[in-house]
Amino acid sequence: MSKEPVAVVGIGQTKHVAARRDVSIAGLVREAAGRALGDAELTWADIDAVVIGKAPDFFEGVMMPELYLADALGAVGKPMLRVHTAGSVGGSTALVAANLVAARVHGTVLTVAFEKQSESNAMWGLSLPIPFQQPLLAGAGGFFAPHVRAYMRRTGAPDTVGSLVAYKDRRNALKNPYAHLHEHDITLEKVQASPMLWDPIRYSETCPSSDGACAMVLTDRSGAARAPRPPAWMLGGAMRSEPTLFAGKDAVSPQAGKDCAADVYRQAGIADPRRDIDAVEMYVPFSWYEPMWLENLGFAAEGEGWKLTESGVTELDGDLPVNMSGGVLSTNPIGASGMIRFAEAALQVRGQAGEHQVEGARRVLGHAYGGGSQFFSMWLVGSEPPD
Amino acid sequence: MPEVLKAPLAVEFPFTRSVGPVQSAFLTGLRERVVLGVKTVDGRVLVPPVEYDPVTAEEIHDLVEVAPTGTVTTWAWNDEPRRGQPLDTPFAWVLVRLDGADTALLHALDAPGPDAVHTGMRVRVRWAEACEGAITDIACFEPYDGEPAQPAGHSGQFTDAISGIVAPARLDYTYSPGRAQTAYIRALSERRTVGERCPSCRKVYVPPRGACPTCGVATSEQVEVGPRGTVTTYCIVNIKAKNLDIEVPYVYAHIALDGAGLALHGRIGGIPYDQVRMGLRVEPAWTEGARYPDHYRPTGEPDAEYDTYKELL
Repeated sequence: MSKEPVAVVGIGQTKHVAARRDVSIAGLVREAAGRALGDAELTWADIDAVVIGKAPDFFEGVMMPELYLADALGAVGKPMLRVHTAGSVGGSTALVAANLVAARVHGTVLTVAFEKQSESNAMWGLSLPIPFQQPLLAGAGGFFAPHVRAYMRRTGAPDTVGSLVAYKDRRNALKNPYAHLHEHDITLEKVQASPMLWDPIRYSETCPSSDGACAMVLTDRSGAARAPRPPAWMLGGAMRSEPTLFAGKDAVSPQAGKDCAADVYRQAGIADPRRDIDAVEMYVPFSWYEPMWLENLGFAAEGEGWKLTESGVTELDGDLPVNMSGGVLSTNPIGASGMIRFAEAALQVRGQAGEHQVEGARRVLGHAYGGGSQFFSMWLVGSEPPD
Repeated sequence: MPEVLKAPLAVEFPFTRSVGPVQSAFLTGLRERVVLGVKTVDGRVLVPPVEYDPVTAEEIHDLVEVAPTGTVTTWAWNDEPRRGQPLDTPFAWVLVRLDGADTALLHALDAPGPDAVHTGMRVRVRWAEACEGAITDIACFEPYDGEPAQPAGHSGQFTDAISGIVAPARLDYTYSPGRAQTAYIRALSERRTVGERCPSCRKVYVPPRGACPTCGVATSEQVEVGPRGTVTTYCIVNIKAKNLDIEVPYVYAHIALDGAGLALHGRIGGIPYDQVRMGLRVEPAWTEGARYPDHYRPTGEPDAEYDTYKELL
């Protein structure tokens, strides 16, 4: 028996900001979930199951969100699951929810991801004082910056490319009312003049810390037929993982990312992603990851990703727009960031992205990664149901 | 087999929490020595209150004052109170249904012994001497044989309501790095770096993990690597980390020790930060009594060719 087609019929986000002191965590997830239900014109009673994801427990000290948030998400008397995959969790959470529909376990599933970075401490959560170990010397940016340098060495990319990505994403964010950073006076010169934090990564080329939540309502064919607005259809979805560190790991272009993308393209019948996919929302917490992931995801040959960025292909009006929403560089509630990518991909193919809509977007990739480039989750969504 | 290392690990952090409107009223009420519940859609009163109806999922905010007296619905005796618990002498954990509430609140009951506690017994709140807007404003419950107290019908509206709390969290572990890393750490104390070779792919893991993550087989063959190695890649850190006594800028590098199958991470010293480069040949610099090399410094050898380390990036 073939899989049930999965449709996204409701999408909700909070306005992402540095600190939401007016709501509890329950109130925050509720706001996103309520908006997703409103978009789908459904009520809590229409939901068969809830799948939730968040950042690693130590980040905000909530060990069992599924227990604490059951009331807020209308999950009482229903199955409720929690998904864990570090920074990629928002994507993995959506895929677990989608698989429940695809397998015909449930008809309509609510999926939610969140983080209140203002009430958590990611830096601390990642650097617990493990006995006998040398303390981590550099933080998250310091972890990824050497990989960026390795990419530059491997490809010969000019050192101007990172600033171009940040300048583009921050301008895109100005068109997205939900984005955290709205830097109205942004210029390329300002990005280039911002201080080097972890050389070669500049301050303006890093993501902010945000409070926010994202939710989606996923449903089957009959649910999609009742939807008040055009659905987004899942054409392929996959997850892959690999160790953070192992002999032979390619930290610049991890094998797990390549395999994950290849699986999605196989499911969706994509022969040439550069030709067949209209736009991409990818997880870029440091600007250089745009050209790196363009190669890893097969949109450019190895060593060529930066040329797409440099020539304007990834601009909002380019041939392959990347991070139309402003991306992780403009909004980063870590636990929700992956799901925001997935949701933005769905908004695009539904034609609901507003000012940052890509005209005629029919197939859009949503991508998330997490850990030390260790977990990958992706989906391809389309405006038409799968064949 | 030599004994594996062990050490205590305390994971401790003061998390802040915005409490939202309902918990704000509840906690502010405690500060004013008023206990508030919330009314559900079907008319029940939940204490402590919640923001969303557990049956209908609707948002609820109709606050109701309940009495500081109530009935024990069940209990368990706690012989050995731990750090952070409400009382430091043996006490009963109790669920108390306060007069006017339909659900029970978890708290401590100060009683001389388990024989003095029973389900159905009447109790009342013993308030803390100074109330600040926390569940600890109820110091505990105590036995009570008077009439049910009459709530005054507080509206749940307060001036200068509490909007957030600090919730200190602490977890105590006994950490052991395991057999393979214990051997690695012991060798380091003799200033030797010892990894383990995978019997299948022949790669040498430093630090060793006792198993090869790629092949999924146990490793045991010990191999000394280094002491020299090659900087494969690096960044220049310009921001000072808390609790880390290193002057910025400094170079944080991936270093592939000669013979190792993957790079480890360390600081580069003994050379101006802006002269560090990929391919730089380095060796560990030790300080007296340290468990790890303080940093790695140039050996003076010619730089390694890119092709010799590009697979280690």
